Amino acid sequence: MNFVLSLVFSSLAVLVVVLIPWIGVGALGLKTLFGVVIPYAALATFIVGIIVRVLDWGRSPVPYRIPTTAGQQWSFPWIKSNPIDNPKGKGGVVVRMLFEVLTFRSLFRNTRLEYSKVDGVPRINYEWEKWLWLAAILFHYSFLVIFLRHFRFFMEPVPGFVFLLESLDGFMQMGAAPFNGFGLPGVYLTDMLLMAAVTWLLLRRILYSQIRYLSLPADYFPLMLILSLGFSGMLMRYLFRVDITKVKELVIGIFKFSPVVPDGIGVIFYIHFFILCVLIAYFPFSKLMHLAGIFLSPTRNMSNNNRFVRHVNPWNYPVKFHTYAEYEDEFRDAMIEAGLPVDKGADDTAEEGEKE
Amino acid sequence: MADTPKATEAAKIDHYRPLFEQGWMNKKAEINPGIYCYGAKPKNTNAVGMPFPKDWNPTDEDWQLPENWKSIFKEGLKDRLDKFRSLKLFMDICVRCGACADKCHFFIGSGDPKNMPVMRAELLRSIYRKEHTTGGKLLGKFGGGRELTEDALKEMWYYFYQCSECRRCSLFCPYGIDTAEVTILGRELTNLVGLNIDWIAGPVANCNRTGNHLGIQPHAFVDMIDFFVDEIEDVTGVRVEPDFNRKGAEILFLTPSGDVFADPGTYTAMGYLMLFHYLKDLGLDITWSTYASEGGNFGFFTSHEMAKRLNAKMYHEAKRLGVKYIIGGECGHMWRVLNQYMDTWNGPPDFLEVPKSPITGTVFENAKTTKMIHLVEFTADLIKHNKLKLDPSRNDNLKVTFHDSCNTARGMGFLEEPRYVLNSVCNNFYEMPPETIREQTFCCGSGSGLNAGEDMELRMRGGLPRANAVKYVHEKYGVNMLACICAIDRAVFPTLMDYWVPGMDVTGLHEMVANALILDGEKERTTDLRGEPLPGMEEEEDV
Repeated sequence: MNFVLSLVFSSLAVLVVVLIPWIGVGALGLKTLFGVVIPYAALATFIVGIIVRVLDWGRSPVPYRIPTTAGQQWSFPWIKSNPIDNPKGKGGVVVRMLFEVLTFRSLFRNTRLEYSKVDGVPRINYEWEKWLWLAAILFHYSFLVIFLRHFRFFMEPVPGFVFLLESLDGFMQMGAAPFNGFGLPGVYLTDMLLMAAVTWLLLRRILYSQIRYLSLPADYFPLMLILSLGFSGMLMRYLFRVDITKVKELVIGIFKFSPVVPDGIGVIFYIHFFILCVLIAYFPFSKLMHLAGIFLSPTRNMSNNNRFVRHVNPWNYPVKFHTYAEYEDEFRDAMIEAGLPVDKGADDTAEEGEKE
Repeated sequence: MADTPKATEAAKIDHYRPLFEQGWMNKKAEINPGIYCYGAKPKNTNAVGMPFPKDWNPTDEDWQLPENWKSIFKEGLKDRLDKFRSLKLFMDICVRCGACADKCHFFIGSGDPKNMPVMRAELLRSIYRKEHTTGGKLLGKFGGGRELTEDALKEMWYYFYQCSECRRCSLFCPYGIDTAEVTILGRELTNLVGLNIDWIAGPVANCNRTGNHLGIQPHAFVDMIDFFVDEIEDVTGVRVEPDFNRKGAEILFLTPSGDVFADPGTYTAMGYLMLFHYLKDLGLDITWSTYASEGGNFGFFTSHEMAKRLNAKMYHEAKRLGVKYIIGGECGHMWRVLNQYMDTWNGPPDFLEVPKSPITGTVFENAKTTKMIHLVEFTADLIKHNKLKLDPSRNDNLKVTFHDSCNTARGMGFLEEPRYVLNSVCNNFYEMPPETIREQTFCCGSGSGLNAGEDMELRMRGGLPRANAVKYVHEKYGVNMLACICAIDRAVFPTLMDYWVPGMDVTGLHEMVANALILDGEKERTTDLRGEPLPGMEEEEDV
């Protein structure tokens, strides 16, 4: 699958995702289906899917304790150990995991290979490369803030933190340039950052030849889906305004398990909503499960304490190995000749048959 | 055997891909000479009961696979998914961000895109998706799934034996995906259908039977050590007296047998002997074993089970001899096995005691359950307590840099102890650039059983990043000695250095310790263990 085919395939898939609610609601008026039935199904798939997947991972044991050690081990009191990158116990592991999950620490280590030749002699450099880390962190945190801001639509009364987030997020007081002051709402920073970060994550898959080589449709599809989710959301906020009160009625109805389908919500909302449904329903079946997987990763969530705390493999089984007795039986004469001690003398072996 | 290209030829590496090319799934792998290792000979696979022994050549069209190889492979995969959470997780959560791509020494040295760690894993992951995931089953290639064909199997084999299980990629992976784990289990799968390489199968068979990877029998092993004893006497005037298989000794010493058989590891072995001799009067009671004369574990490059079988000999021998604990010599993968697997496989060794240095009284709390310590730890503790009379100026003709072995670095975190020892026995120590040492260290290019002769091009390419960092300190500071604590390193670095950085020598840590160590009753030393004049003794050498 080359990247053109992958891109075409993924774009088509996203296009279909957009067209389905457009036709479904815009032309066929299936508001209950798209406003209630599909969201419930998607949410159920999301929750059940994640639980099933995590339980499935959990069903496989962790036979060996194999942390990747990224710092000095704990040894002598006079050698400074690195309790986070080479944890000796739970505390260190927790800190290590927090760094991984909250700051993407391993990704922050990233460097870029710079290979050149000077007079035919290779010169290898490892250059600064934090763009992937930056895009990843901006993307994830923007997504989180945007998600939290959406609590405005899930809860009545709107929780206090939402107002705080909104004011922080909109602190730049940007208008949707160049229409500032024409009655358009202020632009949220996270909207811009999310779109920029996702765009970069998509572009790098096309522009960097190594990443292009290894990318699959499953890599392009979620990025495009998230782009269209963000784009439809921004369209709704800045151009095709929908009746927020009614949207809120619908969403709160879903969460209260007493769904209502108010009239007069623009089709753009249903498109935005359906993309979200597809995204969360797709989630448990895709690489997006890295969200849960990181917590279970044995190279990160284990202590480097094998030499002082025993790790038990639940399926450990006895193996047949070549014993010393077998070894000595084969080499006894040579061993005696070389002056090596033996367990059974040369004479003993002759009688062995009788003894046993 | 394939010709190895000249260094200037090999340096022409293209890491970039054309804009338009076929997807990787559509391209069949070419098995290139100089890159692959020979197939295992039946006598070696038979010796340890590995399945489907046969004479085969990887360049043959027909790999003589068993008729039901597909179901064996698929069942094997399923079995391992059920037994290893690591595998299941690593199959599921990779986002292909590419952070690992240019971290692999084999990719840096070859430019072969399937040597990007993510791709190496994708070779198996694509099969996994086809067999075990909804997307792969429904959408086939569009869902990232790939049919298990003979070509796919050959490709996996080819690339799983181009990975040295160094774990450098796992350091950079945001989810800690460890390609070594994928390679280890991938190799298990190739073994199930009878695809082994002889450079691994041979040493496995030998270690199993004779205790060491070259198949040296006990009397010959003793001869080798006796030879070292003579050499040491020539240099120092002191006759050291090692013993073997002695019951009732306090400590059992196990080291990779490479130290006994091949230069410059032999000088490291002499270093061990001299250190033990020095400590004898201070109360060290240590014995060597001919039965368990291999500290390294080639089984680990074959399967967990084989690794466990070979490893079992260590505790077995310790128990038989009635020692209190075990000291292990300088080795890389050996120490990953000892640190992360040994106790789980073959412990708990209740018959042993928590290691306590008979000289300093230091109790090694960090080896409380395995009861096995690293000789460098032991030596570092001695030096810290001023128990060794050292003359580091004897190493003044050396400008030294230190290579962290992948496995002691990323599978243990053994970083400061060797540096402490090194700084105590020499006056000129220079670090290589930070992106190439400690936890970011680069593999020698020949680890995990790939140090054969026929894959020399692969080894030289894989060793390029390490060699390049050595070249940097060689040119900048005039470094002329590469120190390491791994037998494979010592065996393969001389060739690698000759190829990329002529003028570099290679040494084990304890060779340098021994050169600096002032033995009681020694004559005035004029040469080091290699017979080369000590600093200031060049004149006398000429006389």
